[in-house]
Amino acid sequence: MKKAFFKLGLVMVLVALFAASCAAPAAVEVPVEVTRIVEGETIVEEIIVTATPVPEEQKAFRIAFVAPSSVNDMAHSQALYQALLNIQEEMGGPDALEIAYSEGMFKIPDAAAAIRDYAAEGYDLVIGHGSQYGTSVAQIAPDFPETSFAWGTSLDTFQAQGVENVFAYQAESQQGGYVLGTIAALMSESGVLGVSGPVEAGDAKLYVDGFEAGAKAAKSDIVVNISYTGSFSDVSLMAAAAETHIGAGADMLTGSSQSVVGAIGVAKEQGAYWFGTQWDQTELASETVMASQVYDWSGIVKDMIAAHKAGVMGGKAYTLTFKNGGLVIGYNPAVEVPAEVKDAADAAIQGIMDGAIDPLAIPAS
Amino acid sequence: MAELFTLPVLLGILYSGIRLATPYLYAAIGETFAQRSGVLNLGVDGIMLMGAYSGFYVAMKSGNLWLGLLAAAGTGILMGLMMSVVSVTLQAQQGISGIGLQLFGLGLSTLLFKTTLGGVKSISGFSPVKIPLLGDIPGLGDVLFNHNVLVYGAFLLVPLANWVLNRTTFGLKVRAVGQNPKAADTLGVNVTLIRYITVTLGGMLAGIAGASLSIALINLFQENMTSGMGFIAVALVYFGSWRPVGVMWGALLFSFVNALQLWIQVLGIPLPSDLAVMMPYILTILALTFAANRAQTPAALTKPFERGEN
Repeated sequence: MKKAFFKLGLVMVLVALFAASCAAPAAVEVPVEVTRIVEGETIVEEIIVTATPVPEEQKAFRIAFVAPSSVNDMAHSQALYQALLNIQEEMGGPDALEIAYSEGMFKIPDAAAAIRDYAAEGYDLVIGHGSQYGTSVAQIAPDFPETSFAWGTSLDTFQAQGVENVFAYQAESQQGGYVLGTIAALMSESGVLGVSGPVEAGDAKLYVDGFEAGAKAAKSDIVVNISYTGSFSDVSLMAAAAETHIGAGADMLTGSSQSVVGAIGVAKEQGAYWFGTQWDQTELASETVMASQVYDWSGIVKDMIAAHKAGVMGGKAYTLTFKNGGLVIGYNPAVEVPAEVKDAADAAIQGIMDGAIDPLAIPAS
Repeated sequence: MAELFTLPVLLGILYSGIRLATPYLYAAIGETFAQRSGVLNLGVDGIMLMGAYSGFYVAMKSGNLWLGLLAAAGTGILMGLMMSVVSVTLQAQQGISGIGLQLFGLGLSTLLFKTTLGGVKSISGFSPVKIPLLGDIPGLGDVLFNHNVLVYGAFLLVPLANWVLNRTTFGLKVRAVGQNPKAADTLGVNVTLIRYITVTLGGMLAGIAGASLSIALINLFQENMTSGMGFIAVALVYFGSWRPVGVMWGALLFSFVNALQLWIQVLGIPLPSDLAVMMPYILTILALTFAANRAQTPAALTKPFERGEN
């Protein structure tokens, strides 16, 4: 009898789960106050110095970041790490900029502990490089007013909650998605494109939506098949998704997250082309990756350093765009892309920068 | 919905499903042996990761995929022996020590990946081998009989494991040890030895399961690339009621539903992607609740054995 009740209960739970996920997701509008940097402008707060300047101390600026995946994931985390290395070189090496990091922090409590530890150790800027770290950053930041915090991808600096020392950053990944979608549609011979994302949210969804919009704007009859694996790390399922797309006729593939390495391998084996995002993935399959959208976070981080040095600890939200140079489309020299396709891509970039193109607007067909 | 029931789609599901099932088969059949002898090894996922890493690394450095496979099997044997020492000789609580082994494998494989590979690299894995005649059957031939050796190996393992467990003296001893170690002991069966052998064999197969990902199916190594497959493999053993054939049906069902949900998404059938992704897991829970035959549970599962104790 007890068993029967258990089974009945389980079925009810499953039915409820099913019903819940079938229901159209109710759009709950939550107003969030954010500040947003204006294109191409550097916000400078005027600081009036009245004290006698002491001889400048040669002290290294110290940055620490916490990332969910490894710093050589050829995607999300590596893009930030490389930006920091570039800044370090520019500033004059480890004596001028000290970099520390904790990678593979997919467990949020571990990441939160690391963020707190770095702040306690007196790092000037502590970055939680994952949208899942937001609430932790918001909780920790008020305890360390002398430290600047940053997190992304998001535009919420928690100013609405009275937190003053948090920066936020986000990539307008739909912009590059649109351009890559344009290239893919024009290059496709089968007329079918395959997109495999991790989860239908955030940065990944923006990229996928931009890709679809760009492809359909370039070629109205293009078919864009989209799937999600529900995981950022499931390499095997990502590979199976790529196989499925190719089975459905796709000859141009794309996707995001660190699990795409599985899909790139399938594309390479089966002769499809790949479009990368976040990082130039050419290294992994030199004749498979046609073009990539590369994130360059260095401009944003440099601005955070400048702001911190000027006494502004946070409160700014940054976006990576084509216009501010944070997004770059890189072609693989080993794969030939005709000049007219590159021209179309350049026109799309220009249109996005001018505001003439909305990279999320899917043309009605 | 009708677009799902076309020949190319059905063949596509069959093809992807078979490939997806391969690592589960190795890992779950290995775990079946361990559990039939009374040892629950929850460390399968960690062993798979270490197998995937060592197989990939050796194959890349030596240029020989078979050496890679050997390395993966050897790594699995070592980790199986570790689990045996901890759970059989030292009689540690099996669930906890298995989780420990899993975390150990995850951590060590990530560390080795970073220090020796530096980043994701890819190799050419085992290429598909078309079986003569059968491979020429239109449609089905390519789907069923044009795979790499590790895929064939996984499916050949099922009847082999079935035969060993049910038709050999060794299999009889394994089952006896898992049902009633005390009685087996009084009949002169070396309980400790049998458990060492099954857990080590399970480790070896889990290592090969990892290699099937890194040098045969996906052909690269990425940290935590199994993302929990080892735990699904343990669930599949329960699902299959500790019988190799049952385990195979479980692995196939799970994998086919996974392949199906990808097609549902790719074809644009309006089903939320989150729900599609959940489908294989929901099905597993349902099957575990209703289909699994608990009467088959090895009576001594998770219970350490000490001679002369009551």
